[in-house]
Amino acid sequence: MNARAQQLLSLADDELILGWRDSEWTGIAPTLEEDVAFSSIAQNEIGHARALYELAAVELDTDADALAFDRTPDEYRCAPLVQLHLLDWAHTIARRYLYEEADRVRIDALKRGDDAELAGLAAKIDREETYHRLHAELWAARLRDEPRFRDAVEELWPYALGVLEPELRPVLAGRVGLSVESTQAVERGEHAEAFTQLHDEMTEVRRSAPGQQW
Amino acid sequence: MVTADAVWAALDEIPDPEIPVISLVDLGVIRDVAVDGSHVRIEFTPTFLGCPALEVMKRALEETVSALGAEPDVRVIQDDSWSTDRITPAGREKLREAGFAPPAPRAAGATTLVQLQSKAFRCPYCGSQETRLENIFGPTPCRSIRWCESCRQPFEQFKTI
Repeated sequence: MNARAQQLLSLADDELILGWRDSEWTGIAPTLEEDVAFSSIAQNEIGHARALYELAAVELDTDADALAFDRTPDEYRCAPLVQLHLLDWAHTIARRYLYEEADRVRIDALKRGDDAELAGLAAKIDREETYHRLHAELWAARLRDEPRFRDAVEELWPYALGVLEPELRPVLAGRVGLSVESTQAVERGEHAEAFTQLHDEMTEVRRSAPGQQW
Repeated sequence: MVTADAVWAALDEIPDPEIPVISLVDLGVIRDVAVDGSHVRIEFTPTFLGCPALEVMKRALEETVSALGAEPDVRVIQDDSWSTDRITPAGREKLREAGFAPPAPRAAGATTLVQLQSKAFRCPYCGSQETRLENIFGPTPCRSIRWCESCRQPFEQFKTI
């Protein structure tokens, strides 16, 4: 697999799996507003994943659905941050905040990059992400003095670093006020046990009727 | 032989699948129509990437061109060429009449929370500017929820992107 396809799959897998995790709050978020917010954000992230899979599908001579659903768990390239099954609000908001900050750094780099097709798509994604960032920033500001939230941010920080290529990590550290030096990043390539369960659930319908069109 | 004007006129009859008061032309998602003999190429620039109506819109474009007796070639353009500034003045008025506040014009730089909380947003029902943001997110990716203090009802605001 060429480097471009690998990059597109890393991006798409991050967005698909985070969208899946965010959608787990649909119906059970602490308030109705957050129920709507998480559902809408999840829908956007999965939309971004689809657009990125479509670019990858051209490279790999397949289609977006096959890339999203027909690979084995170890073929997914998503960062461990998005795979974590988080059951409390402090950690969930900490992940949204850290992911959006990391994603912003990555999107800025893609918009300036040499790959015109990917730069165009990154610019479109960036417009939608503006609203995700507003949501994350509002929550981060609201919870800034809460020990549970601060602990959650510190706990997830090594995972947040693993979202980005090493050269972009100092930019993220500067934005969120944490350090790269003393932290061992949790890198892509390893899958948590929680990911296998997610994968089973996510691909169940597709596996139940191979080749079906919906 | 079909003309580009005839194609544009036919596309202007296709309703948005989720907000049927506005046509795809009013929504600004048709970037270009090029006619070459019986071959019609349409550049379609989607709204939100997560919008479930995208496939429906693409199919409607193809069926409309086929109904004119031409061969459709719909290209989906995945760059940032669509923004809410592409919604036509007529489209904005139709949105308002249907109870959706049209999007605010795009400012330089990204939208901020202060802008969303400003009094610039008018209630589509009573015209009051005494409105506040209830939720950045709404029933579809393209909408936010606001509340009118004057007529005391919620309304949907098209997000500016």
